[in-house]
Amino acid sequence: MEYVIEMLNIRKEFGNFVANDDITLQLKKGEIHALLGENGAGKSTLMNVLFGLYQPEGGEIKVRGKATAITDPNVANGLGIGMVHQHFMLVENLTVTENIILGNEPKKMGMINVKDAAKKVAEISKLYGLDVDPYAKIEDISVGMQQRVEILKTLYRGAEILIFDEPTASLTPQEINELISIMKKLIEEGKSIIIITHKLQEIMDVSDRVTIIRKGKGIGTVITSESNPVELATLMVGRQVTFKTEKGPSYPAEEVLRIENLVVEDYRGIQKVKGLNLSVRKGEIVGIAGIDGNGQSELIEAVAGLRKVKSGKVFIDSKDVTGKKPREITESGLGHIPQDRHKHGLVLDFSVGYNVALQTYYKEPLSKKGIMNYKLVSKKAKEIIEMFDVRTQGEHELARSLSGGNQQKLIIGREVDRNPELLIAALPTRGLDVGAIEFIHKRLIEQRDNGKAVLLISFELDEVMNVSDRIAVIYDGIIVDTVIPTETTEQQLGLLMAGQSRDKAAVTLTEGDDNHVE
Amino acid sequence: MSNRFINLLVPIISIILGLLVGAAVMWFSGYDPVAGYIALWNGIFGDMYSIGETIRQISPYILAGLAVAFAFRSGLFNIGVEGQLIVGWFAAAYVGMAFELPKFIHLPLALIAAALAGALWGLIPGILKATLHVHEVIVTIMMNYIALHTVNALIKAVSEGGYKTEKIHQTASLRSEFLSNLTDFSTLHYGIFVALAMVAVMWFILEKTKTGFELKSVGFNDHASQYAGMNVKKNIILSMVVSGAFAGLGGAMEALGTFGNMVTRGGFTGIGFDGIAVALLGANTPLGVIFGASLFGSLKYGAGNMPNEAGVPIEIVSIVIALIIFFVASGYIIRVLLSKMKKKKEAK
Repeated sequence: MEYVIEMLNIRKEFGNFVANDDITLQLKKGEIHALLGENGAGKSTLMNVLFGLYQPEGGEIKVRGKATAITDPNVANGLGIGMVHQHFMLVENLTVTENIILGNEPKKMGMINVKDAAKKVAEISKLYGLDVDPYAKIEDISVGMQQRVEILKTLYRGAEILIFDEPTASLTPQEINELISIMKKLIEEGKSIIIITHKLQEIMDVSDRVTIIRKGKGIGTVITSESNPVELATLMVGRQVTFKTEKGPSYPAEEVLRIENLVVEDYRGIQKVKGLNLSVRKGEIVGIAGIDGNGQSELIEAVAGLRKVKSGKVFIDSKDVTGKKPREITESGLGHIPQDRHKHGLVLDFSVGYNVALQTYYKEPLSKKGIMNYKLVSKKAKEIIEMFDVRTQGEHELARSLSGGNQQKLIIGREVDRNPELLIAALPTRGLDVGAIEFIHKRLIEQRDNGKAVLLISFELDEVMNVSDRIAVIYDGIIVDTVIPTETTEQQLGLLMAGQSRDKAAVTLTEGDDNHVE
Repeated sequence: MSNRFINLLVPIISIILGLLVGAAVMWFSGYDPVAGYIALWNGIFGDMYSIGETIRQISPYILAGLAVAFAFRSGLFNIGVEGQLIVGWFAAAYVGMAFELPKFIHLPLALIAAALAGALWGLIPGILKATLHVHEVIVTIMMNYIALHTVNALIKAVSEGGYKTEKIHQTASLRSEFLSNLTDFSTLHYGIFVALAMVAVMWFILEKTKTGFELKSVGFNDHASQYAGMNVKKNIILSMVVSGAFAGLGGAMEALGTFGNMVTRGGFTGIGFDGIAVALLGANTPLGVIFGASLFGSLKYGAGNMPNEAGVPIEIVSIVIALIIFFVASGYIIRVLLSKMKKKKEAK
């Protein structure tokens, strides 16, 4: 069997920390090979070794059967290795072609020859069915399209081996399907692909083989068709994991959150929430499903008092909190797991303990007459670390040095510990691995079972479907429809999220089914 | 190399480098560096008198450094310490000469006046920053000029057209016969205790109080602080006010201790600006400020001895002193070099 890339027994150390320990990954020509592992398992390190950003301490890399030292990314590019980054590296106000040739501009008499480049871009785009307009500006095209520009960039530079780093993190379900067919097309044309991910369903859908790493160690490689998500998850985490978070029926009681005709503007003064109505009751989890940018952030910020309400009303526990200060709203019974945990959720340069105190430091017992009781802060922090399984060296460690999952557990611990009537969780599992996701979902459901109201905002369909008792679909600043998870499908939800009405969504789906039959 | 070792090594290497380059400058200019440095040493530690004067010089630097550091800890860059110090100086000098009160009222009153004047001078940029998002650096720089010329005009006004205020009454003075006798009749005064007390105050506010928790939180991440329900605006204003008060007390050191009056000035004192370097040298911590101020104060005072004892002209001395401080402040560069060396070693 011909391997295009062989990474044999790779070892990479950072000081005393071993990031990669004896990992072997062999990529066959024309296959899609998934690299699976929890956050911090060493996936990125391994790929950075392959891309020439790090030099391994041990092991060997063979490219097309020949032992090669990849000393820097230029060498990797020269060998036909291209990387599609998770966070796109594109200049917003340049065109697709300009972005693709950036740093490698074809010259004609000293001038940049955009025309020929655009032609070449169009050709490649057509060959792989990417459907990208070479002259479109990046800021005008969708996230999915931007990703294709990234793919085009690697192909333009002659990549034969493409590395996709968490490619579906910010895509809609439809876009994910399109990406999968693009990947298959790339394979047909003789490319080979490594996809880094911790989403199991994707691996099942798209990959031929999977290499699993756990805590920096290579666990092995399995053939996807001979495995299943449960086995993969077990291999990845090292223990049994449940996917469908177990939950009993919900018993919704009185209304806790009521939003009436809410209008909110973003920082540019453009209306993002346009007369939205929503209600969340005790003992239920309401999920808000929608594509990023349809007013979710503005909605939560307005409810939490972080953004001005243009018009409309927000009630928590029948108390009008419209336009109140964040602390007053918090005191009215709101717990909030913010969307951006680094910007809003944590003071990264504060210790874990200080961060635990962030919402309650001003009250007894943590402070008395203006004097902080840091002994008690430490004690409280230890409790939260213990209860919420925050993996840290201790309450004095800086929040910055925690992994994403543990930072999130810390925030959730802090918010849940206050026992709020309403818990808003915005993208609570973004970027987290299966183990942490499972933990966080359990906590949300626990809140519900304790008779609290939970509002969950997520871009992940399976998360919304799994955890919510009701799903409110947000599109263009209003709730366009409310559905029950057990009575709907992901496809139908996806279409609702794209702005189609429910009837239309149903019709489109039937047509889609017909096509399958043909 | 462990981080701890590097932390210790960096300032030592910095000072040595600064001394070496300073020596080179003296040598190239035709002066004896060894004699120059001996003169510097004697100027700082040579006798009790020098030690007394050095400590006296350190006091305003501590307060200026605290002012910069305090604002910095809540994310603000107070370039206006100079102006706040000048208004504090005048306020203390005025209260010291204009009233006749018993000492236990007069001295505290003069100190409080200085602190309040400085606080007021910090309040204005604080309010502008908090409410209108005007950058504090611009406002505080301009406030320095306003302070300088307003105070000059006020000195004229209170001295009926003269160029200096009358001497303060003994009841407002920080002068100490005891300290003076102890140090061979130097001008060392009680100001150093005021400065050290303020070091403790700053430490207490930041490390023990609720307000300190908020100030630090706002300094690190104002978004998260707002989300946590803190009043970011209030904290910005408060931080500038406290910072200004420290600076104003720095001015009181000069008014009530060293000079006993205030003379119209053609330019800035420089203490406020040096306070920026003092704070940064001390990593913006209260104890660090003592270290930074000691370095600054002793070099500044000891340098005065170099022309007398070693014949190095004052211009060259200024360059040498600036170089030493420059290298200490560029600890960052040395840190980077050290870590590069470390990496190279690892690569091998």
